[in-house]
Parts: sequence; C-alpha cells; structure tokens
Amino acid sequence: MTAASEPGRQAASAPGRPEPRHGLRIFLIWLVASAIADPLIWFLLGPHMPPGAMSGSAAHQQTTINVMALMSAPVLLFVLIYFGYALVVWRHREGDEGDGPPIHGNARISTIWIAATSVIVLALFGYGTVELIVPAGAGAGEGPTPIWKPSGGRPLQVQVIAQQWVFTYRYPQFGGVETPQLVLPEGQNVQFNVTSLDVIHSWWAYQLGVKADANPDVNNVAYTKPQQLGTFRVRCAELCGLWHGAMTNVGRVVTPAQFQSWATATETQLAAVTKNLPPYATTYDADAVAGLGKVLTQLGLNGAGGGFYPPEVPVQP
Amino acid sequence: MSLPVRVATLLVAFAAVVAVAIFIVIHYLLGGPPVADYTSMAQAGQVNVTMQTDAQTTVTDKPDWVTYFIKNPQTGHWDHTTLFKVPANTRVNVTILGFDGCTPLRNQFWGQVQGTIGGVEYVNGKPVSTLNSWAQCAVQHTFSIPGLGLSVPIASPTSLQANNNLCPTSPCTSGPHTVVTFSFRTPSRPGVFIWQCRIPCGLGYEYGFGGPMQTFGYMTGNMEVAA
Amino acid sequence: MAIEIQPEKAERPGGREPSAPLPARPWWMRPAIHTGLIGAVLGYLLGHWLGNFLASGYQQISTADENDMAIVLGYALGTVGWLAGMGVFNDLFRQMAGRSLQIRREQAEASSGLARYFRFSLDHKVVGTQYLVGMIIYLLSGGLFAMAIRTELLSPTYHVLSSSAYLMVVGEHGTMMIMMMSSIILGPFGNYLVPLMIGAKRVAFPRIEALSFWLTPAAFLILLSGVMFGGFPTGWTGYAPLSIQATQGMDAYAVAFGLMGISLILAGFNIIVTVINYRAPGMRWSRLPIFVWSMAATSFLMVLAAPVLVGGMYMMLTDRTAQTAFFTADLGGSTYLYQNLFWFFGHPEVYILALPGFGVVLEMIPVFSRKPLFGYRVAAAGMIGVTLLSFFVWQHHLFVSGINPDMRPLFMLTTELISIPTGFIFLVAMGTFWKAKIRFTVPMLFALGMLFNFLIGGITGVFLSDVPADTTEHGSFFSMAHFHYTIMGGLIFAFMGGIYYWLPKMMGIKLNQRLGKIHFWTMFLFFNSTFLPLFAVGLLGQPRRVFEYARQLQTLNDWVSISAFLLGGSILIFVINFVWSTVIAREPETGNPWRSRGLEWQVPSPPPPENFPHVPVVLSGPYEYGVPDAPPVADLSPPAGVVASALSGVAAGAPS
Repeated sequence: MTAASEPGRQAASAPGRPEPRHGLRIFLIWLVASAIADPLIWFLLGPHMPPGAMSGSAAHQQTTINVMALMSAPVLLFVLIYFGYALVVWRHREGDEGDGPPIHGNARISTIWIAATSVIVLALFGYGTVELIVPAGAGAGEGPTPIWKPSGGRPLQVQVIAQQWVFTYRYPQFGGVETPQLVLPEGQNVQFNVTSLDVIHSWWAYQLGVKADANPDVNNVAYTKPQQLGTFRVRCAELCGLWHGAMTNVGRVVTPAQFQSWATATETQLAAVTKNLPPYATTYDADAVAGLGKVLTQLGLNGAGGGFYPPEVPVQP
Repeated sequence: MSLPVRVATLLVAFAAVVAVAIFIVIHYLLGGPPVADYTSMAQAGQVNVTMQTDAQTTVTDKPDWVTYFIKNPQTGHWDHTTLFKVPANTRVNVTILGFDGCTPLRNQFWGQVQGTIGGVEYVNGKPVSTLNSWAQCAVQHTFSIPGLGLSVPIASPTSLQANNNLCPTSPCTSGPHTVVTFSFRTPSRPGVFIWQCRIPCGLGYEYGFGGPMQTFGYMTGNMEVAA
Repeated sequence: MAIEIQPEKAERPGGREPSAPLPARPWWMRPAIHTGLIGAVLGYLLGHWLGNFLASGYQQISTADENDMAIVLGYALGTVGWLAGMGVFNDLFRQMAGRSLQIRREQAEASSGLARYFRFSLDHKVVGTQYLVGMIIYLLSGGLFAMAIRTELLSPTYHVLSSSAYLMVVGEHGTMMIMMMSSIILGPFGNYLVPLMIGAKRVAFPRIEALSFWLTPAAFLILLSGVMFGGFPTGWTGYAPLSIQATQGMDAYAVAFGLMGISLILAGFNIIVTVINYRAPGMRWSRLPIFVWSMAATSFLMVLAAPVLVGGMYMMLTDRTAQTAFFTADLGGSTYLYQNLFWFFGHPEVYILALPGFGVVLEMIPVFSRKPLFGYRVAAAGMIGVTLLSFFVWQHHLFVSGINPDMRPLFMLTTELISIPTGFIFLVAMGTFWKAKIRFTVPMLFALGMLFNFLIGGITGVFLSDVPADTTEHGSFFSMAHFHYTIMGGLIFAFMGGIYYWLPKMMGIKLNQRLGKIHFWTMFLFFNSTFLPLFAVGLLGQPRRVFEYARQLQTLNDWVSISAFLLGGSILIFVINFVWSTVIAREPETGNPWRSRGLEWQVPSPPPPENFPHVPVVLSGPYEYGVPDAPPVADLSPPAGVVASALSGVAAGAPS
C-alpha cells in the first residue's frame, strides 16, 4: 500500500511562487510550432508531394495528401509538445517520494477533446469525400458500375488485362488491338477497364495516380485525365505469384496527334494476331473456349484452365 | 538446477537453435539449380543455346510436371535447370527441341512471335510468325523474356497421334517433337532477366499457372547477361 | 429437502480408494511434450495415409504430383495426436467414464519444479509463463525472417535470395508475426494476471486456457514446416485465387492460421467468463484495472472475429483439396468472398493486436506518475468504442478492389470515426501526466515509446483511411510502415514494457535495469530509423512484397536495411538480458518494487498456487495515488462472514 500524499501538493518547488500556467505555455509553444510547420509543409513540401500532378487524379490526390498533412501536423505537434513538456517539467525529482495530485478526470477537458477530435475527423471525412467524387473517383477502381464518371463525352477506352506476369492493353476503339505498350493522349479523359485472366493483380500507374485491382471475371473501371507529357511507371500492387515484383512496364503520355498515329500504326502492325483474339469484352474466361480446335477437344481439353477442375464441371452455373 | 547445469543447458539450446537456423538458410533459402554458363562459348559475336521441353520430369520427385532442360555447353549433358548465362551485346541463337504436346494459351496474344531478330521463329526450318493455339493444336510452351520484349511460342506436334504418344521420360532423346530456332540480341548492359512460359501447362493447378510454372528449374528461370 | 451426498466409493471393486494417494508415476509416463510429439507423429502418419486413401485417384492430384488432402489431414490429425499426447483429452475421457480426474489431482499434489512447464497444466500462472516463453520464441523466429527480407532488399538488382525464396520469407515473416502475436499479451499477461487483478483464485476454464496454449506450438511448427515445401507465395493475407493455385506450402499456412484462430477463440472465451464471473466481492466494474478492461475487450474481438477466419481458412482448404469453387469466379464463386471473409476477421485482428498494448501502457502509467489514471471511464469507453467500431471498418482494405463505389465513403467515415475512441487513450495518458511525478523506469520508457510510435502509426492510419490518398498508398510501403508503427511500435513495445514490469511478479526475478535501458534506447532509435523512411519509400512508389525496386530508392532501402539489422541487434540485447537474468543470474525481486497499488502486487512474488489464501474483499480502485486517506486496495484476510455476505449480495442481484 502506498503512502498517501498531502492534498494539493504541487510540483512547484519553492513555496509562495505562483504555479506556472502550464496549459497556456503548452498552447503557446504549440501555436508557434504549428505556425512554422504548416507553411513549411504547404509551400516547401507540397508541390513535390507524391504522386505529382501528371494527371487530374494524381493532382487531386496530391492536394488531399497535402491537406491531410497540414491538418495532422498540428495534432502530432500538440501531442508531442505536451509529452515533451510533461516529461521535462513534471519528472520525478530525486528524494521526492510523494504522490502526485489526485486528479481523477476533468469533464470539461474531456468534452473539449472529444468534440475537437470529432470535428477534425468529420471535416476530413467531408473533404475526402469531395476529393473522391470531384475528380471522377480520384483514380481508384470503382468496380463494374462506376458512379463518379468524368464529364465531357465518352472517354478513351483502354482495357488493362492483367495476367501472370505482365499487363497487356487493348484498345477497343482501334479494332480491339492488344499490345503490351501503353500510350495515352494528353488532355483527354481515359477510362481504364481493368480485368484479370487468372489471379488477383492490381494495376498501379504511379504518376497517373490510378490504382485498380484486377480480379478475374470482374471489370474494374477507373478514370483519369493525363495533363502532362512524359512517361509513367506501372507496377503490379497485389501479390500475384512468383514474378509479382517483375510485373512492371513504362507508359507514355503523348500529344493527341501522336497518339492517333501510334494507335493506327499498331492496329495495322498487329492485325494478324488481333484476328486470333476473342472479341473485345469487359471480361474473359479462358477456362472454357468456344470453338476449340478438334485435336484439342479430342485430347480432353475444353479450355486453358490447367485441368484443376475436371472438364465436365459446368462452365457457368 | 545448479548454475553449471543451467549454463550448459543454455549453451546446448543456443547451439541447437543456431544450427537449425543455419540449416534452414542454406538448404531452403539459398539453394537452387545450377547455371548453364554459355559466356565462354561465344564466337564471332554469336552464341548457340540449346534447350528442350518435356512433358514429364522423371529425374525429380515431381514426375508429372512439365519442364525445360538446358544443355550444359561444357559437358554436353542436359542439365535440369532453367538458369543460364550469356555474354552481353551478343546474338543468341536458341534451339529448342519441343517434346511436349499442345495446350491452349490463356491469352492468344502470345501466339505471336515477338522480339526476335527478323520477327519470326523457324519451326523445323520453316519461318512462322503467328500460331493460333485455340483453333489448332499448335503451341506447347512459350519462351518469354518480358524485360527484352521477347516472346516465342514453341510449336508443338500437331497430330492427335503424336500428342498421345509423347516421350514419357526426361530428358527426351526420341519421340514426337518439333525443332524451333530463333535469335535475339542481348543488351549491352549486364543484368539478370527473368524468363517464363506463358502456356498454362501447370496441370492440376488452378488456371494452369501453379506448380512448375512458378518453380525454378521447371518452367521459369533467369537469364543472366554477363559483361 | 436436502440432497443426500453419497460417500465416494472406489471406482471399481477392489480398486484404489478415491481419497488414497495416487501412485507416483515416473516423469516419462506422465503426459508431457515427449508424449505429445509421439502423438503428433502418429497422428500425422494416420492423416497422411487417410488423405492418400481418399484422394490419390483424382486426376488433378496425379498431374500435380501433390496430394493436398493428405497433407491437410496429416496436419489436422497430427494436431489431434499432439493434443492427445499432451493429455488434453485424458480427464475428459475419464470423466465420461465416471472415474476421478487424475490430472487435477496429480497437479495438486506436486506444484513446483520445472517439469510442470512442459505439461498440460491447469494453473493459469503456469500457462501464462508457458505462453511468455512461447511468444518470445515465435517473435524471434518471425524476426529472423524479417532480417532475411531486409538483406534481399539491400539491392534492387543483385538478388541474394531467389524470387520464390523471397516470397516464402515474406509470407513466413508476416504470418508468423500476426498469427502468433495475436496472443502475445493476452496469453502471457492476460492469463497470468487477470485472476490476480480481479481477486480470483483461478480462471473459469483452466483446461480451455491450457488447450489454447498447446495449440500454439502446433501452429508454429506447422507454419514453419511450410518452408520444407517451398513456402507459400501469398503473403500473410492468403488471397484466393493465388492461394488456391499455390503448391503444398499453402496448406501449412491455412492449417496453422486456422489452429491459431481456434486458440484465439478459446483464450478469449475463457477470459471473458473469468472477468464477468470471478471478480472478488467489491471488484466493481468501476474499480476494474484498465488492463483487465483491455483484456475483456480483446477477448470479445477474438471470440467474435476469429470464427470468421477459421471459416475462411476452411473454405480455402476445401477449394484446394476438394475442388469446391468458393473463390473461383467463372464457376460461380467470387474472389471478393475471400477478401471480405479475411478482412472481416483481419480488421478486428489488428485491434486484437492494438488494444492489449493500450491496456498495458495505461496500467503502467499511473504507477510511474504516482497519480490516478485520468479519465478512467473515458479510457474504458475508448476501449469499448474501438471494439464495437472495429467490426464496421474492414472494407477499407478493399477500397480500390472494385467493391461498390458508394460503400467507400461509408467505410471512410467509419474508419475515420474509429480514430476518436483511439484518441481517448491519448487523452487519458496525457491527463495522467499533468502535474505528475514521472519516473523513467524501464517499463515507463517502453510505455512512452509505445505512445510515441502509436501516435505516428495512428495519424498515418488517417492518411490511409482517406480514399483518394489511399489510391496511391494502398499496397505500398506506406501502409507497411503504418502497420509496423502500430503493431510493432505499439504492441511489441508494450510487450517489452510489460515484461520488465511484471517479470518480478511472475518469476520473482528482476531483469537487469541498465541493460534494459540500453535495450530501450537502441530499440526505439533503430525502430524509428527503420520504419520512418518507409513512409517516404511507399509514397515514392515502391509496392509491397517486391524484390526489385526503382534504382533511385536504393539509398533509402539501404538505410532501412542497416537500421533493421541494428534493430535486430537491440532485440538480441533483450534476449541476452532475459536469458541471463532468468537462467544465470536469477536475482530475486520479491515484494512490490514499483510500489504499485495493483491487487496483483499485494500477494507474494511469485504468487502461491491458489493466488490468495482467502478470497479478498476489494475496498478501492487500484489508481488511488495521491488520494488522502485512500483505503488499501483490498482486504486480503477478511473476517469470516464478510465474504459470504458480500457474495449473497451479488447472488441477490445487487449491482456490482
């Protein structure tokens, strides 16, 4: 059992000196620190904040991250400054074996804290929702039935086909040509239809700020609008097997005229293999192939499913 | 327990743990198939690499897995490996003896020969640029190096009778097969390039891409480009 | 009419009288680890044979050259054999046969010595110590895998490990840590301390508690055995259909995780019932130590969330072995099903990892500030709030996966809301420091470190909860750094602090304080040095679980790797301290070195087998520091009749 301490024994060492106003001190230190930190974040760090501004969705994400950094810096500073102050000012002095003041709680402080944190959190929620809706989904995959679409006519359709272990791209507006290269026109809305032929992958175009999971038999739609010329890096962001780490390629944003000429040239160049591809669809199922060659059927195959499910399993219940 | 007994028990336990950890690291983490080294075989800026694909791997504990074998240039034997090394900035002439049967591709795009010199492969001497693995029994595996944009579908024997009488052992010396040759150029900078097969030939695994497709020494490996 | 109690007779004519002393069995005949191992081997062989008998005729098994049914049944029956060999079922079958319970009597007659730690013990203190040693072993094993990961990531082009070895290491590290660390505080400290803190002589279900422990070595060994099969390529999340496609190592993952899920359910169930029903008279809910509140909250999460995991793992196993198609899209299943099942467990799971950390830290802070816990009710409300809300946030792991787009603002809201009760914990800690007398003992240092780390982890969680920002951050090293800050920076720091704080209580031995301070400062410094740059690495575009990355990120990765090796070194300092102090030096530390008012400190260290010689009557809360004329926390020898009258009040439905 501990020795009870005298009531009201304070941390001030010399009797007669007024108790310093700790709350005010902490508040002032915090105010100064935040006033320094926030402008640094916004002006120095902000323009360089990932993922950059190469596309509309990336730019909105950059703004969102900046705003959240702006709001979380004061919170972080407040807690750290408070703890730092407490650990310095209210540390145990040698020889003082007494207890601290018996403060069980303070309804006013608790209410203010709860109210303040709720306001901050709800404000962030509101802001985040706005930043999600305004840039047509902020580059995130919206599933097969997107609800936040870009305005201004039909976007360029690019289908992203994820397979183990490479991404290929199909342009339905150019004869359904499939190519491992990704070229996009600047200044035009692009609709990515992301799907997978096997396991779950995730298509992440870093500088474009687009990430959409590729699920088999699912069309995951994401929108963006490239607004700068240049190259961007595509990586797979969902573990998909042995070569997940190598599943990467470089995409290019070019002028609309260059894009047109590239697309039509590719369409011509790859016409021979495009004839062999299935017609463009939002999802593909290679486990059951209609019109498989006779020898293949005689060998007991009904598709490219790897024989995991026996061939007599119904194709689609 | 007395102090010496405690100390002794502690030391024995510590030694045992260290031994187990080292064993796991060496045996399971750092092991791998041998590397077929072609760097010293280059002549006049060209090097010839020979491989074969088989329907069975009777030399290992996975007899029903499909596999590649690479010919060891120094010994002339078929090594059960998928790791090989070639010099940089060299024309690599690859000969693949394909002893396996046909399987449809999951993505017909890979039925086209891509990234080779001339844009074709030679199947039993005749140039071919696109194979249709859905309409015909045409492709058994592919040899694809994504980092170089190279993808070559290995043609298969096309008749039903050949596909039903494939060579049942490995490495194969006789049996229905095709001879596929193609060439590509290695880049001037050294590096390690992964290569894989794109046919779903990991039978018994979902989508055909498990098992041998993701195991070194069978259907995927590394091509090391040495300076 | 009174029930007539028949005198106990001998079990069978001519047999031993029930009250006669048991014939002393030699140590190798009593069930312990050695019989457990024999049972495990026999069970594995039986299961393996059964699987081959059932399934080897199927075509996909003969073309794949692996029989997952045999492996899974081998593991399952091996675990049953292990438990049977440990003697878990012995008393159950004896009771079913109407005979007296041998294990309880054997243990009551001999309650000291090292051998009981290798047996199925009904003493919650023994189980707590078994858990402590087990958890340290599991933590270190997972940590070794982490060292291998960082070795591989030193260079983006030169690869120490092959790609499949790297994925195996990544999966083993993550699964070992999350799976085994779920019980890292509830197991050792919850089981050991909760009865002592509530004034109980035992837990409600000692056999269930011991069973929950003995499942953990089975799960650990099964998970490690995956290494022999080339590991599993999915990471700890085990997403289908890659997990259906994977080779044999995946079965080890699914079985091990399922077993650990069962262990969680059992452990949580026991704690809830103990806390509700075994509180001493006078231990009102408003006097319950905050650590016990956190254990109760964690237990609710375990009991409600872990069954979903077990179900999900079971479905993965049937997909792999029995050709069901739960997760195969073109046969009517859905890949989203697995993701939802997994994360419905997975998100409460991370609060299972976080809440005990809060509990340990808030328990220690009043002791080393010499002040009552500020806002006790706010702290308890925070824990309850986190527990409830944690079931409503799981889809934030699926923001970019193609779920219904209008679900995402909803889950953004709930995820952001959960930061409010989490903030209560910081309010309480900060309030406790106001005008306190803070002593920088080793446990206090770890508590402070936990608060610092969790602050960063929590705030970065808000970044991840925002859907537009999450589009870049999901699946990158940013989320990796976030959860390492909350789990390792929060939970593991609290675990270390708890060890330094409670080891004198549990073993009567003190850890070297100087080494402890070195341990803290090196661990704190190198932990932050390792994981703080990873936020930048993630925002700069490096995804998780990759063995190759952009060349310009190599400097950052190298800094992180070197820091990680040094972090491993600091944990080695802890191991040296722990092993040296408990095995070699064994300096006694009985009594109450921290001058704590906690009820657990009012009994000798280590406590006697029955904890309290008499059921105590609790007189006040444990945080009444500085309160003038505060009554002692409990009366340990209440006069006769006091306990009976107090209990009759409880039985009559009086509010507790």
